[in-house]
Amino acid sequence: MTAPPERRAPALPDGIVAVVKRSCPTCALVGPVLAQLQAAGVALTAYSQDDPAFPPELGGALDDTALELSWRLDLDTVPTLLRVEGGVEVARTVGWSRAGWEALTGVEGLGPSLPEQRPGCGSLNVEPDRVDELAVRFGGSRLRSRRVELAALEDEVEALYDRGWTDGLPVVAPTEARVLRMLEGTDRAADEVVAVVPPDLVACTVEKVAVNAVMAGCRPEYLPVVLAAVEAACTDGFNVHGLLATTMPVGPVVVVNGPVRQRLGMNSGVNALGQGNRANLTIGRALQLVIRNVGGGRPGEVDRATHGNPGKLSFCFAEDEEGSPWEPLSVERGFAAGASTVTLFPGEGPRSVVDQLSRTPGSLVRSLAACLRTVHHPKLPLAFDAVLVVSPEHARVFRDAGWDKARLRAELAELLALPGAELVRGAGGMAEGVPAGLEDAMLGKFGPDGLLIVHAGGGAGLFSTIIGGWVNGATGSTPVTREVRE
Amino acid sequence: MTIVLDPTGGQAPAPRARSPRPTALDGCTIGLLDISKARGDVFLDRLAERCAERGWSVERFAKPTFTKPAPADLRYEISQRCDVVIEALAD
Repeated sequence: MTAPPERRAPALPDGIVAVVKRSCPTCALVGPVLAQLQAAGVALTAYSQDDPAFPPELGGALDDTALELSWRLDLDTVPTLLRVEGGVEVARTVGWSRAGWEALTGVEGLGPSLPEQRPGCGSLNVEPDRVDELAVRFGGSRLRSRRVELAALEDEVEALYDRGWTDGLPVVAPTEARVLRMLEGTDRAADEVVAVVPPDLVACTVEKVAVNAVMAGCRPEYLPVVLAAVEAACTDGFNVHGLLATTMPVGPVVVVNGPVRQRLGMNSGVNALGQGNRANLTIGRALQLVIRNVGGGRPGEVDRATHGNPGKLSFCFAEDEEGSPWEPLSVERGFAAGASTVTLFPGEGPRSVVDQLSRTPGSLVRSLAACLRTVHHPKLPLAFDAVLVVSPEHARVFRDAGWDKARLRAELAELLALPGAELVRGAGGMAEGVPAGLEDAMLGKFGPDGLLIVHAGGGAGLFSTIIGGWVNGATGSTPVTREVRE
Repeated sequence: MTIVLDPTGGQAPAPRARSPRPTALDGCTIGLLDISKARGDVFLDRLAERCAERGWSVERFAKPTFTKPAPADLRYEISQRCDVVIEALAD
């Protein structure tokens, strides 16, 4: 949790301070006791949270209907009784307890007709629908973003479109209360710099990520995943600048591993790459909004994509680790089992591999290889990586035959060692291809680390999915995995 | 009335005056920057020939990869050694 907003203690009148509300039966019960204290010569000051005419035994109380005093005292229960010396609280008791009240006030024989004790009620300042607004009003904001006042007659959704802050879909208005709530999702300080975001190379704070996560529709508990994704995207290796600027139809694809998947209710099953799951959709979207709004990466400006792809709105899914015959992607990439990670891949839109007839791994791997060969162009080897998303029904074929991931990878590499004669420019009547002179070479479609294998998808369907990559290696982009700090 | 937080980087770059434009290239050192995209060198080789024909001095530079901005050191070196720069975008 983030450090709560600083509650500057209010100056309090010396003596006994009571905070009550009319709607609390225990507060009504102790009304006569407060009158008894006053009659005994105690310097008593009472505050009412909901009705200054309450309690009637005192002829009313000071007005705390704005809840400022209650918020500053961080009350959670009424009645609360404080002893104050020199303007400072020195003792506190909550609810009604004869012994507690007598010890605090030094007056004996309080409320003789009352039970020994009675629990209090919830203080109004901690009611869920008020707590965030009170923090904004009285907390003295820690947030540094510029405040933008929308006119009363301005439609909120339209106003955010008009300012150029959306990806084409409506966004949630990033009010201060919502952003503060979002920041509760991390223990990182709001002003901590997460990454320098291209293309404008802007130092992006946790706060700015939170603002964009609110707009994307994230819940606070998603924020650590968004932060990890932003960090991973803005590394030199992942090179999101180039990924944004390229004319190719690619964007960051986020694969989530580890226990955070279940905690956030992410989808790794039916329609895992599709619509319908809030965490999947809004985490991917928040990353893209950070690039757009913080980094200044907008289509038609630095983003020069010829076609783009719908995944540039959001492309994020979880691996089905529990149903997988293989180790998770995160473990394969060097992270401990049980660690939560994001892996960013520079990917195009997903395409399907249909093979409903293969019942042996030897047949199925040939189908997969034949389709993988076509990534971007069947005559272009080594230039692009890919993610192979294997469905449960396809994975079962490999599981039943005892093929581990290394075996599958090795068999794919063998099938995707392509004869140069088929790849050179002009071969097959196609000008595209590798330069002449490589006719006798065998060229791998993918480099040794160029194929990521992930298990995801619904339980029915003898299909897999390929996500083609972008210019790979030091020239372009390398997949990057980061641990999620929760 | 709603108050929202600005989601942008709030960039306010300091305005900088452009260097004066030369009226002629005689006596200038011309930087030719290859961004390392395919066939950019073909274009720059031809430009270099045309510059040489006119007796203009040329310096050649290359970015490590076209997918990333030119490194700061390279930009500085060009600014120190050249009066003008021509960058080739190619494919």
